[in-house]
Amino acid sequence: MHASTVRNLLVRGMIAGVLAGLCAFVAAYVVGEPPVRDSIAQEEIHQEGAHSAPAHQHGGEAHQQGGEEEEELVSRPVQSTFGLATGVLVYGVALGGIASLVFAGCLGRIGRFGPRATAALLAGAAFVTVYLVPFLKYPANPPAVGNPDTIGKRTTLFFLMIVVSVLLAVVAVIAGRRLAPRLGNWNAAVAAGGGYAVAVAVACLVLPGNTDAIPATFPAALLWEFRLASIGVQALLWTAFGLIFGALAERALRPGKAAAVAAGEAAAPVRTAG
Amino acid sequence: MAQSVAPPAVSSTGTTGSTGTAVTPLPLRAVLPWAVFVGTLMLVLLYFVGAEQGATSVFSGAEVHEWVHDGRHLLGFPCH
Repeated sequence: MHASTVRNLLVRGMIAGVLAGLCAFVAAYVVGEPPVRDSIAQEEIHQEGAHSAPAHQHGGEAHQQGGEEEEELVSRPVQSTFGLATGVLVYGVALGGIASLVFAGCLGRIGRFGPRATAALLAGAAFVTVYLVPFLKYPANPPAVGNPDTIGKRTTLFFLMIVVSVLLAVVAVIAGRRLAPRLGNWNAAVAAGGGYAVAVAVACLVLPGNTDAIPATFPAALLWEFRLASIGVQALLWTAFGLIFGALAERALRPGKAAAVAAGEAAAPVRTAG
Repeated sequence: MAQSVAPPAVSSTGTTGSTGTAVTPLPLRAVLPWAVFVGTLMLVLLYFVGAEQGATSVFSGAEVHEWVHDGRHLLGFPCH
């Protein structure tokens, strides 16, 4: 019975993830693709200038990671539409699924919040911990920035930062719940949030920075435009997810038998003999 | 009788349901199997969107990387 509730929430989380992904895809196509296109143009301009930088090209050719010429694998029009949609939708479904399971674990355990408020708080927390905090240390870079030789190190550090951020957030939430009886809910939440911020700041100071410098010729305004678009896409994804999933979860938990039984249990705690 | 005239630290053990809004938590036992299996599957999906054929490759070539290229950049992953 509880298992079916969890399955219900999971399915709804993945549906909400698809819908949020669709919203994010539209935003990514409208505001994200122009700076991506301009960055690729920058890259091509730069490569023509007798610069023997490690060649990796877009649109036309694939990245030449092995140093050998390759045929065009995916054309720019496909990358910017179906490719972009695939990436954003799969990201939405996957994180929607994970978020719904975290939701199932958090519901009723992080304070007196109903399903919609819990979903909204969770989505906000996910945006901050999974995207925004790692972004502060390792901000998203457009094409033309980044040396293919350092991709391994940069990928490791980026995922490490996500893991550290999420673990610190989990610790902060648990600590907040422990402090709540002593400090009160509000002060406990402020203390937990403050503790998370300090711990994340320390992690940012300790972890090595991105070694790939932004090329001096890369326009600052374009970099800003790209990063703002990236933040916007993620903010929209999580906002949409929090609101859609909250509504779906509320319906899943309200009329069902599971909800009725749960309410019964809450009203009169069942004493198992002994 | 009338012991402790309720100092600020009320009810150390959680919520006394004064309003009916408290939600009963789902037992973690019910959540855990889903979290393990589906959670792992979802992380694999994230890997393919975010990192496959970049730092590490399950499949050789660059088709996956090229296909999700724009999404990878805009979602904030290191791409190349």
